Amino acid sequence: MKMLLVAEYRQKKLLESYTELLAFAGQFGAECAMFLVGDGAAELPKFAGRLYLADVATYGEYNPDAHKRLLLDVVAQEQPEMIVFSHSSYGWDLAPRLAASLKAAQVSEVVAVDAGRLVVPACNAKLRRTVAGNGAVTIATLQAGAFSLADAAAGSPEVIAVKGEGQGRVALLGYEAAEHGGVDLTKSEVIVSAGRGVGKPENITLVAGLAKALGGEYGASRPVVDAQWVEHNRQVGTTGLTVSPKLYVACGISGAVQHLAGMKKSEFVVAINTDRDAPIGDVADVFAVADLKQLLPVLTEKLQAL
Amino acid sequence: MKLLVCIKQVPDMESKFKIDTDGVWYDRGDLAWRMNEYDEYAVEQAVQVKEATGADLTVLCIGPDQVKETMKKALAMGCDRGVHIADDQSHRRDPFQIASLIAAFARDKGFDLIFTGMQSQDRGSGQVGVMAAELLGLPAVTTIVGFALAGNTITVKRELEGGVKATVEATLPALVTCQLGLNTPRYPTLPNIMKAKKKELLTVAAADLSPADALLNTVKLTFPEKKGGGVFLEGDVGEVADRLIRILKEKTSVLA
Ligand SMILES: Cc1cc2nc3c(=O)[nH]c(=O)nc-3n(C[C@H](O)[C@H](O)[C@H](O)COP(=O)(O)OP(=O)(O)OC[C@H]3O[C@@H](n4cnc5c(N)ncnc54)[C@H](O)[C@@H]3O)c2cc1C
Ligand SMILES: Nc1ncnc2c1ncn2[C@@H]1O[C@H](COP(=O)(O)O)[C@@H](O)[C@H]1O
Repeated sequence: MKMLLVAEYRQKKLLESYTELLAFAGQFGAECAMFLVGDGAAELPKFAGRLYLADVATYGEYNPDAHKRLLLDVVAQEQPEMIVFSHSSYGWDLAPRLAASLKAAQVSEVVAVDAGRLVVPACNAKLRRTVAGNGAVTIATLQAGAFSLADAAAGSPEVIAVKGEGQGRVALLGYEAAEHGGVDLTKSEVIVSAGRGVGKPENITLVAGLAKALGGEYGASRPVVDAQWVEHNRQVGTTGLTVSPKLYVACGISGAVQHLAGMKKSEFVVAINTDRDAPIGDVADVFAVADLKQLLPVLTEKLQAL
Repeated sequence: MKLLVCIKQVPDMESKFKIDTDGVWYDRGDLAWRMNEYDEYAVEQAVQVKEATGADLTVLCIGPDQVKETMKKALAMGCDRGVHIADDQSHRRDPFQIASLIAAFARDKGFDLIFTGMQSQDRGSGQVGVMAAELLGLPAVTTIVGFALAGNTITVKRELEGGVKATVEATLPALVTCQLGLNTPRYPTLPNIMKAKKKELLTVAAADLSPADALLNTVKLTFPEKKGGGVFLEGDVGEVADRLIRILKEKTSVLA
């Protein structure tokens, strides 16, 4: 199997996620080449193989038209059977462009390999789908964290400079840093988070009350932050914070992968949810099947009485 | 100006799913259906542009007859007309086929701006919007959490990892895929729900748009293996609370 792995460069840095692509390729014993729009003078991916390198100064960090054309040229040279991206803001943006141009099947957010076939989540990870592409080339994007190398990446690539037309129809004007300030949840030993299951903003006080009784802070899943019931600096997940407290209590949170990514390293996880099948169960040490509006006041009161 | 917004009807994710007898998709009976969450943001953004510019706004949905219920919500939110691409097999089609249907409908209609969700909740592929743009030769920007239109230019915020955003500019015609939190989707008011009933809802057969062949096959659909090890607590909330406190005392140091 021949694979082309697409590494990423963002805000002047090579992203470590290229090692996840190598780990995935390892499961197939694939022969790999890599593609990167990056800086040849800076850090390069560590692996032994051909690295097709386009200069970021010319082609930009986000210029999907130009990156697609460069990739199409490399694909024509390498003739890979699989082209692999991270399922990231870069990968899910670029992969379907390439797939449409090549008329190749795209498999999004691969979480596992089962007998050579790709497995992806469906319905908020309540189901799993095993899929197969019909053509000579398949494009895959890998769920963040789903594949990891046992040992540190090693080797130095054979760099092949690639060039092409630099024009693109979308222009990157600049970056905006994440909002910070106020409470720092990453320092809390106990976090009690509110999910959409709280139902209405008034119920945030139930969650905050339990957090206080446990001597911790309250956090939230994204919909609660999007609805402006809780500030963004308390959002846990891929587009918020990554936390690893001693205790994480997820109240009315289904356990979408983007939320789990932010809290699955917590030492002990308690889920409070009315849906026994909610995927938060995959990471919960204790799963209280209960209506949070009933359980939280009782639990808080009992804790205060300790 | 002409606008198009593409929406999908999906089951409520809190449903108890069963695997269909074909083994490759979920059983579609006995489910509560709603608009794909991401598409609610797409509809809201499209309606806001319509309100600001007086543009004409079409909502498109591919699926069986029942999707008209969801289309009515989009009409009640402010879309001017609906185009239902009738397709009983839409759940079996891959993203490229769905994109090819959207592109076949939209081609030569002169849409200035097309809105889609960034992904569908059941399939979660995040492909349809970008592929449709590629097929139509339009620039596309994915995962937008901020949107501004001035003249012929859109300035949008793309959401990246860890809360970082990128500001990106493109010239119309263009397609954007909408992320959660882009805006606050409105609830249709009763008068608008009544008005929506009188709006045009056109049906086109999918076969008339000659969908592309599938590129991707589902081999099987399964339930994930449960990690196990977790303890379930159920029943009277007072007892659940007592048991939970006991476990926290035994297994963690937070109550020490
Ligand atoms: C690119 C991208 C980035 C994202 N980043 C993040 C992120 O950083 N953080 C994040 O959290 N999400 C993120 N998301 C969104 C994520 O996919 C989910 O949509 C989100 O996590 C769902 O939040 P939730 O669990 O609170 O809501 P839902 O999924 O709606 O779940 C609500 C839960 O509450 C339960 N419930 C309902 N009523 C009650 C009750 N009375 N008592 C107890 N339980 C009840 C339900 O059974 C359900 O399980 C991102 C998505 C994308 C595409
Ligand atoms: N059956 C459909 N009808 C109309 N639009 C769809 C359909 N399926 C997907 N889309 C659009 O494409 C987006 C991405 O879907 P997906 O690629 O399936 O994750 C959705 O948010 C919708 O806007």
